[in-house]
Amino acid sequence: MSDNHEPLLVVDGLSKRYGAQLGCRDVGFSLWPGEVVGVVGESGSGKTTLLNCISARLTPDDGVVRYRTRLGTLSDIYQMSEPERRMLMRTDWAFVHQNPRDGLRMKVSAGANVGERLMAVGARHYGNIRGAADDWLSKVEIDTGRIDDLPATFSGGMQQRLQIARNLVTGPRLVFMDEPTGGLDVSVQARLLDLMRGLVGELGLAAVIVTHDLAVARLLSHRLMVMWRGEVVEQGLTDQVLDDPQHPYTQLLVSSVLQP
Amino acid sequence: MAETSGYNFAYLDEQTKRMIRRALLKAIAVPGYQVPFASREMPMPYGWGTGGIQVTASIVGRDDVLKVIDQGADDTTNAVSIRKFFKRTAGIETTTQTHEANIIQTRHRIPEEDLRADQIMVFQVPIPEPLRFLEPRETETRKMHALEEYGLMHVKLYEDISQHGHIATTYAYPVAVKQRYVMDPSPIPKFDNPKINRSPALMLFGAGREKRIYAVPPFTDVHSLDFEDFPFEIQTWREACALCGATGSFLDEIVTDDAGGRMFVCSDTDFCEKRREAGHAGPALAAEGAV
Repeated sequence: MSDNHEPLLVVDGLSKRYGAQLGCRDVGFSLWPGEVVGVVGESGSGKTTLLNCISARLTPDDGVVRYRTRLGTLSDIYQMSEPERRMLMRTDWAFVHQNPRDGLRMKVSAGANVGERLMAVGARHYGNIRGAADDWLSKVEIDTGRIDDLPATFSGGMQQRLQIARNLVTGPRLVFMDEPTGGLDVSVQARLLDLMRGLVGELGLAAVIVTHDLAVARLLSHRLMVMWRGEVVEQGLTDQVLDDPQHPYTQLLVSSVLQP
Repeated sequence: MAETSGYNFAYLDEQTKRMIRRALLKAIAVPGYQVPFASREMPMPYGWGTGGIQVTASIVGRDDVLKVIDQGADDTTNAVSIRKFFKRTAGIETTTQTHEANIIQTRHRIPEEDLRADQIMVFQVPIPEPLRFLEPRETETRKMHALEEYGLMHVKLYEDISQHGHIATTYAYPVAVKQRYVMDPSPIPKFDNPKINRSPALMLFGAGREKRIYAVPPFTDVHSLDFEDFPFEIQTWREACALCGATGSFLDEIVTDDAGGRMFVCSDTDFCEKRREAGHAGPALAAEGAV
């Protein structure tokens, strides 16, 4: 791992509009290696727009997103050439979709799903690819006997774990997650969160996690950004923001959660 | 047969031929790259070789000798009709013998006989895009070709091995042309893939419905994709050809009765006939001779 004192991702003045509709406005933050930032807010507050903009999936109208490549230079991801950017997206970065069907290739087996990124970066030894797939399936607690099964035969929680394995196989440094636990029942959610927390810690990943679930945010993220109507209204350490909210919207958000 | 009057030489008008020739030149200049062209309606349905016919019509001259094969055979409907078509519209010589022809239009096979530098192969291609069934978006596959992102092709081969224990793709087996473009060699059996590699003959591929032309120039490296631990292999047969006794040719299995009787014969009819003329005899003929 390179110098941990340098930020991995620097976002500055990011804005995106959809015609008259505001996506997000003037968002800026930095992310350091090994750090997990949560983005919370209600539906339509611009969380996903922000995530797409910083993960090179949606060109912003304004602002810059700079990423520290493995060479150590901080480069604007929208100034890179397309091959460079696509290479970055499938090696150094990972994107976990809310719906695993968006992130998986449903017509090929679990093993091929995990191996795809390896083959995309030039792995040409079947035995090694299969070995890595096997390894990753057990890391995400999927029975390795199901390596040749189609993801469609997996349960929702397994599909989500498979998606994570598929993304992490190339050893990315930065993971983007869009509501990774959305649509899963509570016990499956808990297992997934446990797994993700373990992996993030073990691999020293930096992550940006978009969620509307404050419990997920509290469990996974070190820092929290609260979005409201396209703007970041409050950011700080997770516990600080959740235990001592300053902005009226954050106060509303925190107080709306049922305490079991 | 009499030449049909009222049509331009080889059916297509000169402007169309010019357009196709330009596409062909570009295709030859960028081996394996799919060049779009304004494919014309031909007097036959799509899927019957409209792409191949347009290519042949654009390159054929008055002195050329044409051979047309379909699944290796010279006497099938498709092959006979296309030969007749060019005989009528261009008044050219046609042949069934590989060594006599200088243009060979084909569907599904490359002749067994070694090709020469003065011969041109024209392939009829149904689906030119090797990534089609892996990535349905044409915009995306074009980008993948442009950026040389071919990992997905290996995902298919991986699936083959994981499901069948070996690479089960037997035809339209993807190849990398000159270490750059991944190309579908049209639905020829993978048995024929090595024949494209560094072939002295020019190979032209025409897809009429999909409106694409691509080419492999003579002496170009063509590598069939594989894994290090599962190298590319061609089909082999335990039997020899029942008629001519050949062992190194591509064999078709022919069911001879409804009691499970079957025999294996060369799919290349010209090759098989030549061998029989030269005195070779397979088990089926040898048995007949004995009676």
